[in-house]
Amino acid sequence: MFAEFLQYLFTGITIGATYALIALGFTLIYNASHVINFAQGEFLMVGGMATVSLTAMGVPMILAVVLAVILAGLLGIALQRLAIAPARQADVVTLIIITIGASIFIRGLAQLVWGKQYHVMPNFSTSEPIEVFGAVLNSQSLWVLGVGAVLVVALVLFFTKTLIGKAILATSMNKEAARLVGIRTQMVLMLAFMVSALLGSVAGIVVAPITFTSYDIGVILGLKGFVAAAIGGLGSGVGAVVGGLALGIVEAMAAGYISSDYKDAVAFSMILLVLFFMPRGLFGAKVVERV
Amino acid sequence: MLTTMMRRAGKCAAVAAAGLMMMSAQAAEPIKIGSFLSVTGPASFLGDPELKTLEMYVEKINEEGGVLGRPLELVHYDDAGNASSARNFASRLIRSDQVDLIVGGSTTGATMAAVPMIEQAQIPFISLAGAVVITTPVKKWVFKTPQSDRMAAERILADMKDRGITKFGLISGTGGFGSSGRTQTLEVAKEMGMEVVADETYSGSDTDMTAQLTNIRNTKGVQAVLNFGFGQGPAIVTRNYDQLGMELPFYQSHGVASDSFLELAGSAAEGLRLPASPLLVPESLPEDDPQKAVVQNYKAEYEARYDSKVSTFGAYAYDGLMLAVRAIEEAGSTDPEAVRKALENIKGYVGVTGEFNMSPTDHNGLDADSFRMLEVQNGDWKLIN
Repeated sequence: MFAEFLQYLFTGITIGATYALIALGFTLIYNASHVINFAQGEFLMVGGMATVSLTAMGVPMILAVVLAVILAGLLGIALQRLAIAPARQADVVTLIIITIGASIFIRGLAQLVWGKQYHVMPNFSTSEPIEVFGAVLNSQSLWVLGVGAVLVVALVLFFTKTLIGKAILATSMNKEAARLVGIRTQMVLMLAFMVSALLGSVAGIVVAPITFTSYDIGVILGLKGFVAAAIGGLGSGVGAVVGGLALGIVEAMAAGYISSDYKDAVAFSMILLVLFFMPRGLFGAKVVERV
Repeated sequence: MLTTMMRRAGKCAAVAAAGLMMMSAQAAEPIKIGSFLSVTGPASFLGDPELKTLEMYVEKINEEGGVLGRPLELVHYDDAGNASSARNFASRLIRSDQVDLIVGGSTTGATMAAVPMIEQAQIPFISLAGAVVITTPVKKWVFKTPQSDRMAAERILADMKDRGITKFGLISGTGGFGSSGRTQTLEVAKEMGMEVVADETYSGSDTDMTAQLTNIRNTKGVQAVLNFGFGQGPAIVTRNYDQLGMELPFYQSHGVASDSFLELAGSAAEGLRLPASPLLVPESLPEDDPQKAVVQNYKAEYEARYDSKVSTFGAYAYDGLMLAVRAIEEAGSTDPEAVRKALENIKGYVGVTGEFNMSPTDHNGLDADSFRMLEVQNGDWKLIN
């Protein structure tokens, strides 16, 4: 009985941590520009796919990861420079539509470069599952959780302790005012897209051993990540993590105790409930007040 | 005066030229084979090898002189796994491209969306999708090359019975393939006096099925587990199954019958069984097996051309095209009704998937024995029977 519960919990945490990492990337760009970057899932895909193909070419794993992250970072800069910046006068909705277009473009490119099949990445450490009180946990889940925790702390420090982080928050609050006090807002936006791409690619790399990776993996995970970000309150790092974990755990519990047929329905009802009672999400309001 | 003469001469020349063009067009007018496949999107691993196969063999047939002395022309669209695009493309193939027959439809959804259009236009259609509903009940103009999911269920359950298993847990994808497979499995189980004690599902985008498998494991009396689905989902199920340390006999459907599945599932696939086309084990087929030569040829030609492994799905397209060619040759024309009749009367055509014996009451022409039972041993397929 307890082992069963624990198993569902572990499953939920594994799925949830994946969602949380993706949600963090949404959060960052939202903080900088109030744009929801629907190409976030593509950064994730690029991270995973580049690592897989580089290791297949014989590049050592660690170097492959670094190169993949750099590649994604460049992609983030390119996205801001080539697609977002030229439309600087456009309103937020237009920018969001541009990100959707960009995501389709990147996906098409990836399909040409890497083909359409799914790829496997080995677990970072052992492939043996860890057993706790009769339930099993994929060792890769610990990597996802650990990397997620490090990234959250790093993001919080980035926004509260560094000048660039504060500049991003300032730009987000009021672009005109930020420019008046000497912040180069276009530069800030470019940085936000770059950091967000780095974040997305790291997420893509650590979750790839669990989910496999393919050119279109970003669509599915990106959507779930966005939902997680919305539950947590767009713009809050802690909210992204809580939202992601909550979504994953609810899905797993619903599949275990109610029925796997209604798993997604239960998850989406939860979102409706949260957004109905707290339209800004669980942690949304706080961040805005603090700034 | 001069101008009128000029105009008349011009008209004559134009008429003559048009006549000449029509004559030369008549001589080598191509036979148009229409196709809509899921070359991109979630079912791309079906559509991609299918299109490659069609392109390669249309080219090859043309090099060898075509069919009835006429070259084949492939008119192709990519429905990206979307049923409503499939319907639109079928309509375009019929109305504006005016194809002679259609070989295509990678998924059951795409096929079924196009069927009303095809029945109405009355042109022969050979589908490459699996579900039993495509040819049961028989539709006048619709044929298909893959074995149906019902045959897969029959083959798997028969194998279970041989091992003394009567109660098993079922997990299936919620997509068209999985849900049709689930329905067929439930029906076949009832007919064979077996019991499905646990019945779980997962959606195509799920990344972890541990919760569902835990439920099956905790069900009393379960002696084996069957997963019905395709895509990366079954590979994740296989890995989760291994992680949970489940020891029960594990079965998959023919939806995973490709080498890429082995790559994705890795060592977790060890010991699982599935019904599949002989294409996966060409070397293990006995010498007197009539399919051996066909299977080996297709594999060799495909792999030489594309530098990637063959899959069962490409073979469906191979059989579809060859059946079409044979029917046109037998009919001696591309008259739709004559081709349809010829298709319906094909007997003893040995394809890669199996031996086809069509009839007015059977537009699939295969039986459950065309599936071979395979087991994964040491990371490779092993023929069981």
